[in-house]
Amino acid sequence: MSQPKDFGFSEDISMLKETFARFLTDKKPINMLRPSLKGTEDPYHGSTRTGFYDEETWQQMVELGWHAVAVPEDNGGIGMGLVAAVALAEEIGQFALSTPLSATLQACFLLREIKSSAADQLLTDIAAGESAGLAIHGEQGSLETNSTDVTFADGTLTGTAWYVTDAQKLDHFIVAADSDNGVGLFRVARNQPGVSLHPDRIVDLTRDQAHLVFHEARAETLCEPGRGEHCLQAALPALLTLAAADIAGAAEWQLQTTAEYAKVRQQFDRPIGFFQAVKHPIVDMMIQTDETRSLVYNAACAFDYDKEDALRCAHLAKSNASDTASLSSQRSTQLHGGIGFTWEADIQIYHKRQIHSQFLFGDGTWQRKKLAELI
Amino acid sequence: MSESRLNNEQQEFQEFCRRWLIENRPEPTKTPLPQAAYEVVDEDHRIYLCDWQAKCYEAELIATDLPKEYGGHGHTGLQQIASAEVRKAKVPYFINWIGLGMTVPTLLAHGSEEQKKTFLPPIFTAEHIWCQGFSEPGAGSDLASLQTSAEKQGDLWVINGSKVWTSLGHFAQWMLLLARNDKQNKYGGITYFLAPMDHPGITVNPIHKMTGESGFNEVFLDQVEIGDHLRVDEIGAGWKVAMSTLTNERGAGVGVGAVAGESPKLVMQQVIDLAKGTIRNGQSVWDDPIWRDRLIKMYERTEAAIQNARRSKVKALNGGAMRIPLQGKVTGSEISQELHHLALGILGLKSSLYTRDENAADDGKWALGYMNTYTGTISGGSSEIQRNILGERILGMPKTK
Repeated sequence: MSQPKDFGFSEDISMLKETFARFLTDKKPINMLRPSLKGTEDPYHGSTRTGFYDEETWQQMVELGWHAVAVPEDNGGIGMGLVAAVALAEEIGQFALSTPLSATLQACFLLREIKSSAADQLLTDIAAGESAGLAIHGEQGSLETNSTDVTFADGTLTGTAWYVTDAQKLDHFIVAADSDNGVGLFRVARNQPGVSLHPDRIVDLTRDQAHLVFHEARAETLCEPGRGEHCLQAALPALLTLAAADIAGAAEWQLQTTAEYAKVRQQFDRPIGFFQAVKHPIVDMMIQTDETRSLVYNAACAFDYDKEDALRCAHLAKSNASDTASLSSQRSTQLHGGIGFTWEADIQIYHKRQIHSQFLFGDGTWQRKKLAELI
Repeated sequence: MSESRLNNEQQEFQEFCRRWLIENRPEPTKTPLPQAAYEVVDEDHRIYLCDWQAKCYEAELIATDLPKEYGGHGHTGLQQIASAEVRKAKVPYFINWIGLGMTVPTLLAHGSEEQKKTFLPPIFTAEHIWCQGFSEPGAGSDLASLQTSAEKQGDLWVINGSKVWTSLGHFAQWMLLLARNDKQNKYGGITYFLAPMDHPGITVNPIHKMTGESGFNEVFLDQVEIGDHLRVDEIGAGWKVAMSTLTNERGAGVGVGAVAGESPKLVMQQVIDLAKGTIRNGQSVWDDPIWRDRLIKMYERTEAAIQNARRSKVKALNGGAMRIPLQGKVTGSEISQELHHLALGILGLKSSLYTRDENAADDGKWALGYMNTYTGTISGGSSEIQRNILGERILGMPKTK
């Protein structure tokens, strides 16, 4: 199978991306952040809040069908592939949006690999407006697919799932749990008996995160014990690529915002962008962001059109993206000078989102280790 | 354009190119060709390479889509195919890369009808080799500070001054020449000429590079008389015309025939193979995790360069027509340099052995190639100048100058 030269980026997907970007431009999600931080909590010691998540915005997104982009048509969804999902993920990153959509897109691509009636049912529920996300990490945060601290026995889950992204915004979780017969994938609801959600205090203000403690929580089997690792591995290229796309979008915002600041901030009687010590590092942000974007589109296209090559392309994309997240954030803060270091500047919001994203599903070093095994 | 989307004519032409390039691949030269077209100095190599280019032109792989009155073959939508096949076939490079890559697009955009008809055909056949007379001892990155003068005397221009880093100057029949007609006007006082290299007032002396090779020259122009018909565009329009030449030099222009060379992807694979085959302390360099991480980082960049080129043609995803193409020169040259630098590290002490040493790895090509990569990062607008251009033209930051 070979990829189309245009990355499979059709008119439909182009329109989807534009409409979504317009919607977010109107919403100005980042402006919702500051009021949402007010209250009794002290955000300086880590945020347990749900970022600037706005339930009404999510409902509007559901009405417009964006939550179901990656749900197959047979399950009531739009049935588009990873190229389309990545188009949305890039905009989510660009606007640093706090949303259950990222997790739900990840869930869809995992569920599509499971191919069971229970998985189909959850896809159908997603199409109907429910949100879902992954609870697959152990306390060490290892990315190996068998590293869960949850066990499954007699139809129930016991143990703790760690680092569950956007947990407070989600209705359902797909939990990886070990059993006598190996790792399986199981469905629980956030508000059901036996499931308790403990928000983590995190650096990133635009997401929330939690660990989920299960105590004999009744769980529906999505993927039989023994097959879980296989399904997670099959979905891994999609998970990596979605994470990389979010970084690419946020990096573009960091690039444009920093270049804009260099045009207006005056020192030594000139805009600082005149000086090559400022100009050149910003150009390097662009060069690296463009490499990431190209590798992201390639990885998405490989997943939809050339599965054999999808994992290699996805490791390439997330590896490059992780380093971009780091470089763009470092430069954006440094080149904004003192103001970039303050709580008041939006620069810090993206910086923190990016260093969180850098480590989601593995940083550059880990991706490169995996990549070396493939080439 | 995927292969399935080629029309019948394009498909047939692609098959023809593939067949022709296999059947007509020239015998290797007696002594190996230099790594790049700008390093050719031997007369044997010149003849060999001119013959090869002429043959490719006759086969319609060069000037494929250009009009017949300019020496082209008058096709539509076939040049891209020819260029891609030439690159893939790993055949010798085209010696007249300045003529093909710079003179042709410059004249097509700015030349008179007469100039196009006169000068383009012998470029394609390699009868006329071209060199570029832009840089001067005192005008490198700040090219517009050039001092070579052009004084109008009746219908003639009299040129005095000197040029430097002139690749192929020792072979060239013609030069793309920038000269100053007005000392008071830095950018608006430059005029663009086509200068005949056989003029008695022109002296060409070779310059030797750090590699020990030659290939480029210093050129002195002493009372060189040029007819006004050899002026390109208006008097004082030279800077504008030069920018259009440089856009092509920097990889953003429309090609008229591929200049074959090793792709970064191929060099990357060679470097990975070198790491796998180099054993120290009982393990290959590739099996050392630190080395492997460094190598994979470059693997990422070479793959990104390929995907960037692909994305530059997808309007909805490229962020503006020039954003990716203008990055090509700086990324390509820096990737090449880093790849060669990695190869030296993989070889360790063995990298000290140079081209004529019988124990040298790959005939010493890594050390030679590494040094030559500085041609890429310095000439044609250094990496620093490229970053100025990107910061100013793409990101809109204030002009450094």
